[in-house]
Amino acid sequence: MAALEEEFTLSSVVLSAGPEGLLGVEQSDKTDQFLVTDSGRTVILYKVSDQKPLGSWSVKQGQIITCPAVCNFQTGEYVVVHDNKVLRIWNNEDVNLDKVFKATLSAEVYRILSVQGTEPLVLFKEGAVRGLEALLADPQQKIETVISDEEVIKWTKFFVVFRHPVLIFITEKHGNYFAYVQMFNSRILTKYTLLLGQDENSVIKSFTASVDRKFISLMSLSSDGCIYETLIPIRPADPEKNQSLVKSLLLKAVVSGNARNGVALTALDQDHVAVLGSPLAASKECLSVWNIKFQTLQTSKELPQGTSGQLWYYGEHLFMLHGKSLTVIPYKCEVSSLAGALGKLKHSQDPGTHVVSHFVNWETPQGCGLGFQNSEQSRRILRRRKIEVSLQPEVPPSKQLLSTIMKDSEKHIEVEVRKFLALKQTPDFHTVIGDTVTGLLERCKAEPSFYPRNCLMQLIQTHVLSYSLCPDLMEIALKKKDVQLLQLCLQQFPDIPESVTCACLKIFLSIGDDSLQETDVNMESVFDYSINSVHDEKMEEQTEILQNGFNPEEDKCNNCDQELNKKPQDETKESTSCPVVQKRAALLNAILHSAYSETFLLPHLKDIPAQHITLFLKYLYFLYLKCSENATMTLPGIHPPTLNQIMDWICLLLDANFTVVVMMPEAKRLLINLYKLVKSQISVYSELNKIEVSFRELQKLNQEKNNRGLYSIEVLELF
Amino acid sequence: MGEFKVHRVRFFNYVPSGIRCVAYNNQSNRLAVSRTDGTVEIYNLSANYFQEKFFPGHESRATEALCWAEGQRLFSAGLNGEIMEYDLQALNIKYAMDAFGGPIWSMAASPSGSQLLVGCEDGSVKLFQITPDKIQFERNFDRQKSRILSLSWHPSGTHIAAGSIDYISVFDVKSGSAVHKMIVDRQYMGVSKRKCIVWGVAFLSDGTIISVDSAGKVQFWDSATGTLVKSHLIANADVQSIAVADQEDSFVVGTAEGTVFHFQLVPVTSNSSEKQWVRTKPFQHHTHDVRTVAHSPTALISGGTDTHLVFRPLMEKVEVKNYDAALRKITFPHRCLISCSKKRQLLLFQFAHHLELWRLGSTVATGKNGDTLPLSKNADHLLHLKTKGPENIICSCISPCGSWIAYSTVSRFFLYRLNYEHDNISLKRVSKMPAFLRSALQILFSEDSTKLFVASNQGALHIVQLSGGSFKHLHAFQPQSGTVEAMCLLAVSPDGNWLAASGTSAGVHVYNVKQLKLHCTVPAYNFPVTAMAIAPNTNNLVIAHSDQQVFEYSIPDKQYTDWSRTVQKQGFHHLWLQRDTPITHISFHPKRPMHILLHDAYMFCIIDKSLPLPNDKTLLYNPFPPTNESDVIRRRTAHAFKISKIYKPLLFMDLLDERTLVAVERPLDDIIAQLPPPIKKKKFGT
Repeated sequence: MAALEEEFTLSSVVLSAGPEGLLGVEQSDKTDQFLVTDSGRTVILYKVSDQKPLGSWSVKQGQIITCPAVCNFQTGEYVVVHDNKVLRIWNNEDVNLDKVFKATLSAEVYRILSVQGTEPLVLFKEGAVRGLEALLADPQQKIETVISDEEVIKWTKFFVVFRHPVLIFITEKHGNYFAYVQMFNSRILTKYTLLLGQDENSVIKSFTASVDRKFISLMSLSSDGCIYETLIPIRPADPEKNQSLVKSLLLKAVVSGNARNGVALTALDQDHVAVLGSPLAASKECLSVWNIKFQTLQTSKELPQGTSGQLWYYGEHLFMLHGKSLTVIPYKCEVSSLAGALGKLKHSQDPGTHVVSHFVNWETPQGCGLGFQNSEQSRRILRRRKIEVSLQPEVPPSKQLLSTIMKDSEKHIEVEVRKFLALKQTPDFHTVIGDTVTGLLERCKAEPSFYPRNCLMQLIQTHVLSYSLCPDLMEIALKKKDVQLLQLCLQQFPDIPESVTCACLKIFLSIGDDSLQETDVNMESVFDYSINSVHDEKMEEQTEILQNGFNPEEDKCNNCDQELNKKPQDETKESTSCPVVQKRAALLNAILHSAYSETFLLPHLKDIPAQHITLFLKYLYFLYLKCSENATMTLPGIHPPTLNQIMDWICLLLDANFTVVVMMPEAKRLLINLYKLVKSQISVYSELNKIEVSFRELQKLNQEKNNRGLYSIEVLELF
Repeated sequence: MGEFKVHRVRFFNYVPSGIRCVAYNNQSNRLAVSRTDGTVEIYNLSANYFQEKFFPGHESRATEALCWAEGQRLFSAGLNGEIMEYDLQALNIKYAMDAFGGPIWSMAASPSGSQLLVGCEDGSVKLFQITPDKIQFERNFDRQKSRILSLSWHPSGTHIAAGSIDYISVFDVKSGSAVHKMIVDRQYMGVSKRKCIVWGVAFLSDGTIISVDSAGKVQFWDSATGTLVKSHLIANADVQSIAVADQEDSFVVGTAEGTVFHFQLVPVTSNSSEKQWVRTKPFQHHTHDVRTVAHSPTALISGGTDTHLVFRPLMEKVEVKNYDAALRKITFPHRCLISCSKKRQLLLFQFAHHLELWRLGSTVATGKNGDTLPLSKNADHLLHLKTKGPENIICSCISPCGSWIAYSTVSRFFLYRLNYEHDNISLKRVSKMPAFLRSALQILFSEDSTKLFVASNQGALHIVQLSGGSFKHLHAFQPQSGTVEAMCLLAVSPDGNWLAASGTSAGVHVYNVKQLKLHCTVPAYNFPVTAMAIAPNTNNLVIAHSDQQVFEYSIPDKQYTDWSRTVQKQGFHHLWLQRDTPITHISFHPKRPMHILLHDAYMFCIIDKSLPLPNDKTLLYNPFPPTNESDVIRRRTAHAFKISKIYKPLLFMDLLDERTLVAVERPLDDIIAQLPPPIKKKKFGT
């Protein structure tokens, strides 16, 4: 529920309130501190929680402050304009505005606007806008005219939308209202005509605005006492074309139409606005909070001493001039519910209750009834939960989970695991996850048919497990040949021993393609090579041809020549086909990404069968060719293996199985191809090396300018 | 603001010594560090890791072991067979005692701090009682056949573990007998020829002995049964050091590959009380051997051949994530090794066993910011002054007029007179130096070079008159009765009236040199002084502390200056306070009384007291020259701190005259080039 708390008075001295009240209240760079500019010559910095001023600055006699002081959030300085054209910039250490920085501008300023996260803007009365720093670089720069003669700026607001500043200002000319939206990242200025709607004679008394992703919601309080909303697009479809915007009625008759004093409107949050004014004719002025979503009056507070018709809202505080004093009313809004809103509405004794009958845009009465029913259902559910709690008051969810895994079915365990994971993390979350996995694995060992893989997958993805915490997990997955779960373990566990990594590698290389087809595997690390797989048959044919042409040793040179002749074509065809299916590639990439220590990995690599070594080498060779195809030496895809990983694994396989690779014909051919590729790369580098001397000479020429050696004398200027 | 010609000097061929031992003291939060040249340094970890004490090295004193005993007493032992105790107040060696076992390889103080064990080359383990004044030999343990390379006490004090070659012995302290002898497996990458050196042992409360050895293993032994429990092979090279936390839930080991490994005792499951040691984190902050490690409550400390001292915080133990939780790497000494003769533009470089005198070059050219000017004369190496004897140089100084050079070792003080004839230089030693001058900690000449100030390690300050070639002792300021406090830093006013001295207890005394009496004492401050200087004309004393605060104290008025109070009220910019190297030198501009010049290892700064102080929103470092368009902005954002980060690492910076600076840099690459190569070789087909 929206609520207004007890108000308190800020000003210990009487502020100089002119016929139009204060000039403004603005935020400073410290929370809880606000700048107040009165109508005379003074700016005061207030600390709200202490209810006292921290600093006060005045301009000279005869000068007059013409727009409210603001804080430059980037520098912590304050900026004010006096006599329409003179900027003053100062900070807390300054005592007198006469001695602070001063800049005289060439045009009259309407307002300075400052929000967190960007530099302040200066809006001139003719509609031009400048950044403060750009203006200070040349204060007398020419200021262009944007709005037409007799058009007057009435209101303005400054937002940051997606980190980009957006300025909106409202002008009035002969009773017509226009909205200008200035974008600063694209320098686009868009003009909209605000159509008044039904009542052409109304006058807009007050504006407020809020912003969401695509629209500025401009709300206006008219002289007929109604609040209207106009949606202004932040990025217009056609910036060049003048557009019209229609406003819609939001709230009706929130204030009396013939109020003597001014009225004010401000947006509090997405659902609430505050209205300052007399709700009824001849009644006292009142501060009311309305819910614009449900069109209900939430709360109100009477202000018997009258106000200036001005209202400001920052953080959680509403500021107004009550009588002669600047008054602060804290505002709080608890999470509201429909029942609460309606209940408040029904029981409210505040003035304005009679306006409930003036709902506009409300849903049908059935909807209202449905709301009530929902509330009833909610209460019944609550009662049931209480019963459940009273039945088992001592059993926390984690204990429930741990007892379930020992005897219940896989489905039931899965449900309990999901429940536990859905909870907010408890202090023992990590240990319960560990105990759960340990319990499940013990049951897997005791009952060979029990294998709750979905549970295990979910538990692994919590990122709290490691190999050493549950070594049986990968052991069981290896027995079951569950490659999906093994892949997940390889990705998630930081401390897998090298023997287990090699056991995974064996399975990944030996599992049949048909078994792999039915398995779900994370394909993130694999780029789509399937468009090239049509060449597999051709490669096989070539292999046959080569085998037929493979002659005894004394003819080896001739064969080499033939191979050299065929080399470009062969390599081109080989480089376009992946030797393994995509899912196997994904599994092998998980191996490539795993951490290992060379010392401990080599002995286990020797145990892998020769044909699997050959297949893996082919795959690594293929990846290496793919890397070499582009200048960055990387593979396409989301999370591919790096060139270093590929090279390291090629070296590891050769280290571990060199004699096998040399002896096997297929592997030997592969090795020869790899050798040729590396040799050609080396020759390219050696050609580059030949011109290195020239580069070095060029570098030396440059260095003679820059070489400081062991001693030099230089020029240093400190700024 | 100011344009300077800067002599950029890189021929100071300084190479720090490698780190051999570190020992952490839990009570005082201090770290003792010994280096391969025998130097011992004390770092105050509570005072922003400041190197507050320093004991010079000795050629024959290669420290192999370092440890703290009861009552904040520090002992070292080395291959010369001596056990030495250090006087932490007078900053000298209290005594040295021969253990009579040949070279000493290891040393450990008992958990109570009242006994000392040393392991010797001849295989003996010797027990000493620590008496109030000295240590006293008590007895030998059973002699072993090989040198004792590592020692560790059981926390109860009843047993010790001794690491040797190929085995570990467990001794009963009461009887001196070996109750177990555990043979270390010699396996090294499948080859079993080499000996296995047990470089480190640690004895835990539950009877576990952890050993590290040259086979690259960390092994856990049961001391009750003498059996091997678990073995971790963590490196392809030696594991050289181990240190266990007081709570025995964490330990750290250092390897010859430069890696440091962290082991932690973690529960096996949440429900059981059973725990096991798990290797959790590797750290690679060193390029060379990690010869020594230590474990403080909040950080892992390591050092080795690459000369860096590394503090790696344990983030899980750090409660507040602030700048103190950052990695610290200390390479350069926190004291000044260079002195300068402004009149003759000479630099005196201090090394362990020699001094080098250089004359700076000159140029007639002019240029704009950033230019390198052509030289009309290059720098000259004028003098190479080698010490006699094995002792390292403690301190040295050249007089501002360039006519005097003084330096000191632990037992000798040397004063030389220099004569300049055209471009020739001749050196004459002043003979018959009085005995009380030996073992100076700090030497300073007056601005007019007529007086020499010497801070001796007995706490006295000596004033010596120099005129012509003669030498006359004028006065000695004695320390207050009952205390012997070594003075570490001296500062003298340019008019010769005032002498300021700061000691190890962080107090600063100011003496009147004309009237030869104590003038005043600066109010005490919690952090050590890192640099001091007295400004001309105003006679303000500027003091820099290790927590990066700078104070200005008016000596005539005996109070802090208004500017200093303003700074303290507003506070320094947070980036200024976050610097992690201390200010080591302060100087002043002769014509601009509002300027203070200071530097640390990574920045040079001129503080202009006439400008406003920066607040935390202000940009502290402003390296870019202003353009005309933003002159308005520049006038509004100008502040007192003019900082340059061009020269680094910066060992010395001073003003030679109004428009000339000298900067002595020591690039890290030049140091690394002179270290031995690290071990790290890729082998195929193994």
